[in-house]
Amino acid sequence: MAKLPVQFRLNGSERAGFVDPAGNLLDLLRRGLGDFGPKYGCGQGTCGVCTVLVDSEPQLSCLTLAISCEGKQIETASGMADGPNLHPLQQAFMDNFAAQCGFCTPGMLTAARALLTKNPNPTRDEVVEAISGNICRCTGYEPIIAAILAAAAGGAGMRRA
Amino acid sequence: MLEMRKEIFADERDDNLNVVGKGVQRQDMPGHVTARTRFFDDHAFDGLLHLKLVRSPHHHARIRSIDVSAAERAPGVKRVLRGADVPVNKNTLLSLINFGKDDEPTLAVDKVRYKGEPVVAILADSEAEALAARKLVRVEYDLLPTVFDVEEALKPGAPVVNETYPGNYFEYHQRFDHQKLRFGDVEAAFARADHVIEHRYQMSPIEHAPTETNGTIAAPDQNGRYLVHSCAQGLFFSLDTTAKIVNVPSNQLHFVGGTVGGGFGGKVDSLTEPLTVLGAMLTGRPVRYVLDREEEMLYGSPRGAERIYVKDGLMRDGRIVARYIRSYFDAGAYTRLSSYAAIKCTAHVPGPYSIPNVASDIYVAYTNRCPSTAMRGFGVTAVDFALECQMDRLAEAANMDPVEFRILNAYRDGDMKPHRRVAKNTALVECVQVAAEKANWPISEQARRASSLTGGGGERAQIPATPLDERGQIGRPDTRNGPATQTLPAGTTRIPLSKQPVFEGARDGKPAPVQVPRYEAPPRQNPPPYDPAIAPPSLQPAYQPAASAPPLPIPPAAPAQPQHGAVRFSSVFGTRRR
Amino acid sequence: MLDVRSCATLSEAAGILSGDRQALLIAGGTLVMRDVNEGRLTEGTLLRVTDPAFRQVNAGGARVEIGAGVTMAAVLANRDLAYLHAAARAIGGPAIRTMATIGGNLFAETPYGDFTVALLALGAEVVVQAGYGSGRAVPLEDFLAGRERGGAGQAQGLVTAVQFTRPQNPSDFLFRKISRVKPKGISVLSIAAHLPASGGRLVQPRVAYGAMAPVPMRARGVERVLDGKPLDQAAIQAAKQAALEGTRPATDAIASDWYRREILPVHLGRLLAGEPR
Repeated sequence: MAKLPVQFRLNGSERAGFVDPAGNLLDLLRRGLGDFGPKYGCGQGTCGVCTVLVDSEPQLSCLTLAISCEGKQIETASGMADGPNLHPLQQAFMDNFAAQCGFCTPGMLTAARALLTKNPNPTRDEVVEAISGNICRCTGYEPIIAAILAAAAGGAGMRRA
Repeated sequence: MLEMRKEIFADERDDNLNVVGKGVQRQDMPGHVTARTRFFDDHAFDGLLHLKLVRSPHHHARIRSIDVSAAERAPGVKRVLRGADVPVNKNTLLSLINFGKDDEPTLAVDKVRYKGEPVVAILADSEAEALAARKLVRVEYDLLPTVFDVEEALKPGAPVVNETYPGNYFEYHQRFDHQKLRFGDVEAAFARADHVIEHRYQMSPIEHAPTETNGTIAAPDQNGRYLVHSCAQGLFFSLDTTAKIVNVPSNQLHFVGGTVGGGFGGKVDSLTEPLTVLGAMLTGRPVRYVLDREEEMLYGSPRGAERIYVKDGLMRDGRIVARYIRSYFDAGAYTRLSSYAAIKCTAHVPGPYSIPNVASDIYVAYTNRCPSTAMRGFGVTAVDFALECQMDRLAEAANMDPVEFRILNAYRDGDMKPHRRVAKNTALVECVQVAAEKANWPISEQARRASSLTGGGGERAQIPATPLDERGQIGRPDTRNGPATQTLPAGTTRIPLSKQPVFEGARDGKPAPVQVPRYEAPPRQNPPPYDPAIAPPSLQPAYQPAASAPPLPIPPAAPAQPQHGAVRFSSVFGTRRR
Repeated sequence: MLDVRSCATLSEAAGILSGDRQALLIAGGTLVMRDVNEGRLTEGTLLRVTDPAFRQVNAGGARVEIGAGVTMAAVLANRDLAYLHAAARAIGGPAIRTMATIGGNLFAETPYGDFTVALLALGAEVVVQAGYGSGRAVPLEDFLAGRERGGAGQAQGLVTAVQFTRPQNPSDFLFRKISRVKPKGISVLSIAAHLPASGGRLVQPRVAYGAMAPVPMRARGVERVLDGKPLDQAAIQAAKQAALEGTRPATDAIASDWYRREILPVHLGRLLAGEPR
């Protein structure tokens, strides 16, 4: 089967690759384009570690056809920092010890970023709902929730998300 | 926040600590939040092949034939591996410390022993091509009778799960079918107890479900070496296991890892490393083998199921005078680490309570279930669950508050544990007091004044006279309920070497009945002779923590076990070699 | 190997689906891509529909039509569909809701498919287009019965939309999903109820369950005992008594059939009484 070209903006840069027709976005990002921020955890939509933003909306890249992303804006956790300057959410995760093994962290950051873009001042329940599709098997949810609330209180959603 | 009770742990810790008790940023945190942390799968290789497994659809079956010809011709397929391609296709994890017999193939050869057992590996240019080719492999099976229950597995006539252990139990020291602990006379104590309370507890298997599934990338490096990005929790454990199975010196393998996307015990089995390295060796290409989520959940080894019987003798005043525990670890089809779990369990009973008569028989049984392995406190967690449920039931029977009941029976400093070591730095009393306070659970003034530092020792420091029995010899299921055969005098800390040969060797391919080691009274007042071949140098009386087996010489008749890896000393397993 | 084909019109997709048994529609991807990723689906053609009609919502009038390609997130963003927000929010986390569609939910296997339970209680019809002709409205219950028989999917053609009559009073529509994991987990069961009343008495109430049978089901027994009655203690008690009629729950990784039967009347009673979970 011939491979198909696909082109989109990834973290602000124009990128292109060739994929199997039914190839998923996660494989293209990771092995095609070398962005290892999104992870493989389940391939079935239960864990959330592959979460990316497609035109600012959170999506699971393992369940997204790569060719459906033609011309779209893809954002991953790898592109959150502005050079050496951490995104406020990243800083809040550091300050609140909101990672243990670190495997869920990129997906959590992306889910939180999607939330704060739409809702700069979320309640705790809204934060919980926003990361309800992201599993932290080290069960460090409380520090993660605290970090997102702290980032929101610091104006992360207002400044840039 | 951390609180150090210096009145209990006066000598335990320096007061001038710089890190403990303070918040310090983790070194790996910047990598985690910037997504720069590299897990095993976060490495790009040109020409990467993808490995997918054909697994057994049956719980127990003889393999009649395997036809991989169509799969080998499928688009993108570069190589198909079968059992015959694996250089050393039989292993047991703890063979690295010379414990247990090799019992598990990397790819099944003659039969499959659990549903999901690896049979054929396919290496292809893409995951999609490997998955498509997987459907083209034809394996014919003849179904065999199955056994899924630990106690059924140990009955005479049960289907033999794993021919390496034909009795369906792990063989400790090639002689014994379980781990045994004896301290005092539980039967006599049950006879004079006010209540005897027995309950059965069952724990199910638990999957670790790490968010990162098990996986490995291996790539040919220069100088005949292989670079291996591994998910392993114990990187060098995995390196040595892999070196053994693919039969190369360990210095040809360069393992990179230590950054694990959640393990919890589920990444110590080297589920993926050996086959991945073998694939790279045979194809000359980088190979990636990652379990998908379904494989991880169904066939990544779980915490094993355990069945636990607890029988207690209880007095009206709330004192527990006897405890007998019989427990069965469900190893699944292969040993992995279950043999170690039973040792930990034996070392843990009877829980943190001072009980003058204790006995336990802990079995590892083989069944046609997914092999089980390590998980956070395995060997201890389940029996603790059973014991604490049992403690609540005892408190009710004694008409006592469950918190005060625990304070009454808790170890005090100076108490003799059934393992014949003196308890020190005990703090259960204080822990329970604090827990009660935090939970606003009212306790009596007497319970509040109790202390781990007082009330122990004296009579409670004595080793009681202890009857021994024949139970637990390999090949003699009828002896599992035998009566006492002799009594160790009070104060006996260990059984010295028997001068009699105790192992008759194999007969008809099956382990033969063995002779019971006889206790031979040492000269009075003399400590056991120090024997460097047996006892670790220690100021303590020499003692084997797993009290099942008196230390015995390896009989000359015993066939030499194939050995691999560095020779080590293991106090945990009570054996060593040089 | 799998191929992917994009269809600019609903008719084109329906035509291919009717003629090619190896063709399969992919919308949000939450069901199909799982099968691709896990190697169950390795041959055939995946059809994408780019026709805007597939994602259209007409919710202003008395008769509501929602395109099969409308996502849960789009339902949540539509104020006219507020009575369906609880059901849409019950589906996955935010990322799943960005992707998962109304049409896909009709095919989600038990214990998934909670949104379909809500549609069932609304008396919805499924618009199925076979070949290049025009769509035909099929009662959702019949559609689900066909799915249980194994006849659903491409053989029937393309599901283009669902239609139903808007509840006159949105507060007459109730939905509750029971899961063990908080705040979000797979269904132990779900319950939807449309309870229109006139003169203090219920008129033709519709109650539906998820995960209580191989496909979402109507609770006929409950509907029968509630019809024509005021929704009082006695009626709720009668509904609980009749709750299990016709149920055939499965034992799966989430719950045993016994557990599902045990808790169904409890949660039905709480839902009808307006009590919290």
